[in-house]
Amino acid sequence: MSLFKRLAAGVVAIGLTVGASAAAFAADKFIVVQSTTSTQNSGLLDYILPKFQKKSGIEVRVVAVGTGQALKNAANGDGDVLLVHAKPAEEKFVADGFGVKRFDVMYNDFVIVGPKNDPAGIKGMTDVTAALKKIADSKAIFASRGDDSGTHKKERALWKQTGIDPTAASGDWYRETGSGMGATLNAAAGMGAYTMSDRATWLAFKNKDALEILTQGDDRLFNQYGVMLVNPEKHPNVKAEAGQEFIDWLIGAEGQKAIASYKVDGEQLFFPNAKGSASN
Amino acid sequence: MQDFAHSFTLAGELIVSGNEDLAEIIALSMRVTATALGISALIGLPFGAILAVSRFPGRGAITVLANALMGLPPVVVGLSVYMLLSNAGPLGPLQLLYTPTAMIIAQAVLITPIIIALTRQVIADLNAEYADTFHSLVVPWHTAVGALLWDARFSLITVLLAGFGRAVAEVGAVMIVGGNINHVTRMMTTAIALETSRGDLALALALGMVLLLIALAVNGAVAFLRGTERSAAHA
Repeated sequence: MSLFKRLAAGVVAIGLTVGASAAAFAADKFIVVQSTTSTQNSGLLDYILPKFQKKSGIEVRVVAVGTGQALKNAANGDGDVLLVHAKPAEEKFVADGFGVKRFDVMYNDFVIVGPKNDPAGIKGMTDVTAALKKIADSKAIFASRGDDSGTHKKERALWKQTGIDPTAASGDWYRETGSGMGATLNAAAGMGAYTMSDRATWLAFKNKDALEILTQGDDRLFNQYGVMLVNPEKHPNVKAEAGQEFIDWLIGAEGQKAIASYKVDGEQLFFPNAKGSASN
Repeated sequence: MQDFAHSFTLAGELIVSGNEDLAEIIALSMRVTATALGISALIGLPFGAILAVSRFPGRGAITVLANALMGLPPVVVGLSVYMLLSNAGPLGPLQLLYTPTAMIIAQAVLITPIIIALTRQVIADLNAEYADTFHSLVVPWHTAVGALLWDARFSLITVLLAGFGRAVAEVGAVMIVGGNINHVTRMMTTAIALETSRGDLALALALGMVLLLIALAVNGAVAFLRGTERSAAHA
């Protein structure tokens, strides 16, 4: 057999395999969840989703992107359920008719991490706006997500409270990475910069290098996650029944227990706080 | 620096352990890229050859366009394919977004211009040698294209390997249209990106080394086949 025939036979065989496996995928019951990098990078979803799949037989396919992109993808109907952490944006999503109803799921908090030598001197502070002010005043490098994610929205809201516009110093001491939490933490470790991270991503992050938590414990650093079904009236392809089953499980006793039992190095990453159907 | 050494050991351990998740990811990467390459070859080889031998108005412009599209940014390809396949897009009803098929489409779009542009150059060079013979024997153009493609087969394999390399190493496009969904659309490159964002740089680099090994294996296998073919041709 000539080389080309062999190559062609190989390509055809591979094509058939792909076709067959695509058909196998289609036969299974699955939903697509648009979620954020923090839920995936922290390992939470890998831990709780098999429990749901075992019980319901529904496979959950997670697309983990920034909250901004997740909201946009879900508004396009490219997903059945949205699990993110930017409450005002989520409420707008529902108000605009893209989502059915928003439920609180769980919370954790944000922390300000920075280099261990702490050039701005914010170690141990519990007032986050005062800490940000000190960073700005000392022109210490601050790495911002800069990607319109939930964390970025939160960070901007906090800067607003300080009365400082850090974007005026963008490219100088204020560095907008335009990437995910993990990539931004990598950049902060590389530049010896301060940054704001959700605690879950930070705890599960392995390249902590010379970084440590410097400011935490301010009520304003509260980080609430919400879940909602993408509106099947807008996008008829939305698997409303399976999606709702997942939401009900997540905010029900079993899902909440699964969230609470996820630990990294003995530390709980997410704290369930669903109020059942009475939420919102 | 200890990360490099750690990564080497980790890469070795990953391969030796026969990790099932890794095998699944490698298999998907290979399937998607091989299929995309097959599609691109079916389109690009004949199109590139025809572009090389025929004379028609606009041929120069198409050549320039194909050459320019070799530099297509993967993220732009990913975004365009996403907007086509999205439920809000024109091909939404096909429900292809976040499937291996979507990644095949993105990779095929990415490498078809490469196959066309390089094939055109290879065939044009060979055609310069053959043109007089074709002319004196009054060979019809489709026979000429067939003969040129066949005689240039060894160079064209290198063209296909270039396409393979570009596709298998690509992350921006497949991340957007595949979604990096575990057990569905997670490939070598998206897994590397994920481990990087988890800060597990050693594991990410180890996966990169495994990908490099696979590329070496594919190129080695092709070199071997090429060797047997050559010796058969001379026997």
